[in-house]
Amino acid sequence: MSAPFRTASGGRVERSVPVSFTFGGTSYEGLRGDTLASALLAHGVHQVTTSIKLGRPRGVGAAWAEDPSSLVQVEEPFPDPMQLATTTEVFDGLVAHGVPGQGRLADIGDSARYDSRHLHVDLLVVGAGPAGVQAALTAARSGARVALVDEQSEPGGSLLGTTDLVDGRPALEWVGDAAAELAAAPEVVHLQRTTVFGVYDDGFALAVERRTDHLGGAAPREVSRQRVWRIRARRTVVATGAHERPVVFTDNDRPGTMLAGSARTFLHRYGVLAGTRAVVLTTNDSAYRAAVELADAGVEVAAVVDTRPQVPAHWAAECAGRGIEVRSGSAVVGTRGTDRVTHARVAARDGGAVDDVACDLLLVSGGWNPAVHLYSQARGKLAFDTSLGAFLPTGRLDDLLVAGAAAGAQELATCLRQGGAASATALVELGLDVVPVPVPSTPAAPPVTAPDLVWTVPDVDGDTSRQFVDLQRDATVADVQRALGAGLRSPEHVKRYTTIGTAHDQGKTSGVVTSGIIAELLGGGPDDVGTTTFRPPYTPVAFATLAGRDRGQLFDPVRTTALHDWHVRAGAVWEDVGQWKRPRYYPLAGEDVETAVLRECAAARTGVGILDGSTLGKIDVQGPDAGELLDRLYTNLMSSLAVGKVRYGVMCGADGMVIDDGTVLRVAEDRFLVMTTTGGAAKVLDWMEEWHQTEWPELGVHLASVTEQWSAFPVVGPRSRDVIQAVFGPSGVDAANEAFGFMTWQDTVLDGAPVRLARISFSGELAWEVHVSSWHAVAVWERLVEAGRPYGITPYGTETMHVLRAEKGYPIIGQDTDGTVTPQDLGMAWVVSKKKPDFVGKRSFARADNLREDRKQLVGLLPVDRTTVLPEGSQVVELAESGELPPPPVPMLGHVTSSYRSAHLERPFALALVKGGRARAGQLVHVPVKGRLVAVEVTGPVLVDPEGARRDG
Amino acid sequence: MADAAPSTTPSTGPSSSGLLPRTHPLDVRPDLTEQTAGAVVAKPLTTAVQVRAELPGPAADAAARVLGVALPARPGTWVATPAGGRVVWLGPDEWLVLDPTTTPWDLEPRLREALAPAGGAAVDVSAQRVVLELSGPLARDLLAAGCAVDTHPSVFPAGRAAQTLLAQAGVVLLALSDDGRHYELLVRSSFARYLADWLVDAATEHRARRA
Repeated sequence: MSAPFRTASGGRVERSVPVSFTFGGTSYEGLRGDTLASALLAHGVHQVTTSIKLGRPRGVGAAWAEDPSSLVQVEEPFPDPMQLATTTEVFDGLVAHGVPGQGRLADIGDSARYDSRHLHVDLLVVGAGPAGVQAALTAARSGARVALVDEQSEPGGSLLGTTDLVDGRPALEWVGDAAAELAAAPEVVHLQRTTVFGVYDDGFALAVERRTDHLGGAAPREVSRQRVWRIRARRTVVATGAHERPVVFTDNDRPGTMLAGSARTFLHRYGVLAGTRAVVLTTNDSAYRAAVELADAGVEVAAVVDTRPQVPAHWAAECAGRGIEVRSGSAVVGTRGTDRVTHARVAARDGGAVDDVACDLLLVSGGWNPAVHLYSQARGKLAFDTSLGAFLPTGRLDDLLVAGAAAGAQELATCLRQGGAASATALVELGLDVVPVPVPSTPAAPPVTAPDLVWTVPDVDGDTSRQFVDLQRDATVADVQRALGAGLRSPEHVKRYTTIGTAHDQGKTSGVVTSGIIAELLGGGPDDVGTTTFRPPYTPVAFATLAGRDRGQLFDPVRTTALHDWHVRAGAVWEDVGQWKRPRYYPLAGEDVETAVLRECAAARTGVGILDGSTLGKIDVQGPDAGELLDRLYTNLMSSLAVGKVRYGVMCGADGMVIDDGTVLRVAEDRFLVMTTTGGAAKVLDWMEEWHQTEWPELGVHLASVTEQWSAFPVVGPRSRDVIQAVFGPSGVDAANEAFGFMTWQDTVLDGAPVRLARISFSGELAWEVHVSSWHAVAVWERLVEAGRPYGITPYGTETMHVLRAEKGYPIIGQDTDGTVTPQDLGMAWVVSKKKPDFVGKRSFARADNLREDRKQLVGLLPVDRTTVLPEGSQVVELAESGELPPPPVPMLGHVTSSYRSAHLERPFALALVKGGRARAGQLVHVPVKGRLVAVEVTGPVLVDPEGARRDG
Repeated sequence: MADAAPSTTPSTGPSSSGLLPRTHPLDVRPDLTEQTAGAVVAKPLTTAVQVRAELPGPAADAAARVLGVALPARPGTWVATPAGGRVVWLGPDEWLVLDPTTTPWDLEPRLREALAPAGGAAVDVSAQRVVLELSGPLARDLLAAGCAVDTHPSVFPAGRAAQTLLAQAGVVLLALSDDGRHYELLVRSSFARYLADWLVDAATEHRARRA
């Protein structure tokens, strides 16, 4: 299919590299270097889609990211919603279609890679137009570490859409030489197709690089599709250019209507004529260039409609020389056409007849908005410059400078000069020796006539309902009027009332116009109204890009113990405990979780089991005041513990609520090993450090995490003594009760490796914890398993561990407690010292609320039917004397915190926090389970071996 | 029920030396170097002791006598020991001693006996961390893929150390050379496989380029 609107030559497209793509079901041919928009325009296709609310035809309104209307859905090579035709590069196999406002996410996983890089530079230059290139060159020659970041496919910025000369030759040749010099500089990172979308404190900027989007299906699989750059710059030069803005008039949304400068870009960069017969509406000199250059390229320019009464003499002469009519003091009051503009309706500004001028292209320029987004994100203040008719930066920030058109510069020479100067200023501040780069010469620009400030052209009938301010949101002047009528004044409020500026383009063309319209309607200037806040991201960034490689297996670190591979080979089913992978149970062939856990529990209660408890937190506490520190942090006394002994302890917050528990080994006179819960490991160390460093720095004590230093294996059950004796007997250990008492520890050496054995039981059974350097964990574990074979040693997981401890009424902090539970509530008043003068939490135990009889207390629950496993979290309720539930709201007595099936009891049981629970022992209460009430008996929390006869074997 | 326990693997069977065999968390990633295009090598298990002392002070002096080198006072640095180890600054009163030439049960007691009477402390943390060596032209790019520290040799030359994050794992990063091509990473043992997998994934493009 031929492209009738492609020029015969010129442009940056590669005319020898055609690409085939499909848009809206029709196949087209474009050229490498085209955007979807330029390729469609080359075929005379202006309408891209229809609008979100009104269904009006919409086309290509601009040539880059400021376009409010050309939204498309990419379908191939991978579904990508809400892309702009103007920023989507075409490639072979691209399939897309227009979308009215909303796209569609892929319903299959995105297999593309996304990644990120950190980058540190002295100078970040945003924008590779004339100002940015000059800034980067200056910094590079001065030996600075530089990042030059630009969002287009090649450097040049505005120069890509002009015929400007620099140093007497085409400007892009100058740009090309500069890019080559930058590429050869060792400390320069030059990124194209990369958008700096956010600027934050301390010189931090985020950018997204589109690395392979333009390659389509030919993109190498291993190369990340997009990359987030996290840039830390000591100074930033924002050289982001300016966006042309429209003038609002009736039916200004018809396809064929576009910004004047964009038509120049389509011509010079892409070699595409945006129409055959054009009308140009302008408030300033810049659009005359578009008129003249399009006319020179063969477009019939029917008229230049200038709102100003006096037209610039230079441009009037240029137009006259080409036979272009210039209508001064006039405006376009409307358009005609259906899916494409056919006429511009032109009238004098002071009234009079409307002249319908035939055209298929209506170019509009309402002036230029410096792209101040990044400056404004960094909290730079803006002020309206009446002579330029634009909001400008009011200066520089500590570490951010603005140069070129983004700072209001209008001439190419000014942009080049400002770019170099801003860079030099920044480099001097950084203490670098500046090597100045001469400002290249540029031809003299024609004299500038002051621009007109026109936001809207009144409708001939006063109807503002088709005067579009935000094309993407179908929001009109009428909507702004309605907002003001509702009493809203701030552009922030008007934005939210009308939704203007909330679409994909975030108001790049509509935002300042809205401020102008508000000012016009309220009487006053745009400065009185101001703008809405500029926020990141500058252009949309996909969540997949931000997620980067933190997905799938790498979404969150998986922490593994030294025995992980053994567990894998043993067929463990995993439980995620924080970031740890812990075996939950080890099913044998054909076993479900219930069967496996009953088997594992039975083994530990009747034979011997072994658990990988290595995730338990471990803290080494050293120094002459080690005991004193522990006395102040635990509720019970630790300093009285003899070397060689073990004590269980509870830690409370200052509010008296339990925050952690575990055992403490006194290793030496001045050394303890504190064991914490798995989940509490990091926070307990922080807690201890905080008290030590901020309250008691005088204590001579040092803390160190040794969680991963030591692997820990409880060997549990009546036959555990046999296993321990078999493995460590040859090293001199005597595991008999008399020689190795409960809550004592002993060190030994196994084939050269130190091992610590401690008689600690979290199951009520005879048990040893085996502590060994994780270097030797596998070897020691395998020795234990080997030695246990004659006794049927059974590895068990967290589920069995939970059942065994619950049968004994041992709480899990964080499961049976929730930060509102005291040791007394847990029935552990015995662990709270009455003798110690003070410890964290002590004073709170005297609070009246902590002494209430009806506090929730930990109790056991036994379902009377002996079959129901109460769901954890179930509410506990009490029946009225009538035997019925009391009328709603039914008072809640508490809730089930742990619930299991017990092999030992041969029935299910539960732990629960119940109001005044201990006094209810023996009573029946009820638990609603799936719509029925299950009667349960309240008991003490210790259901197995309450007299503690089993712990010595 | 003993069937649930797999048999002893050859790698951890009784060693000929009669000493209890050790296992390295990255034994299961034997192709780590190949998969990272030659950039990452898992170092052998190394004796490591955490040292606490006031600096200056008698405990720091005692440590210097044991180690043969003064504890580095400058934040974010490390120094070499005469024995071929390193002393890494971790905090104003905290250092990490790495010594490949001795055993934990030799070094910890020696340091502890010297330091404790002077108010210091020493703790064996040899099994807490795994050491990875990053070298070659890809080293800095792999770090930049997940570490916010500026590793440019002008600001992070040999002798610099940083406690930071690489991806989502806490690491101690040591610069070993002035040319930006040689680093060591100390990572918690439980995070070692995550980090190794992350590094392999980070090297995807380099690996493909090499192939």
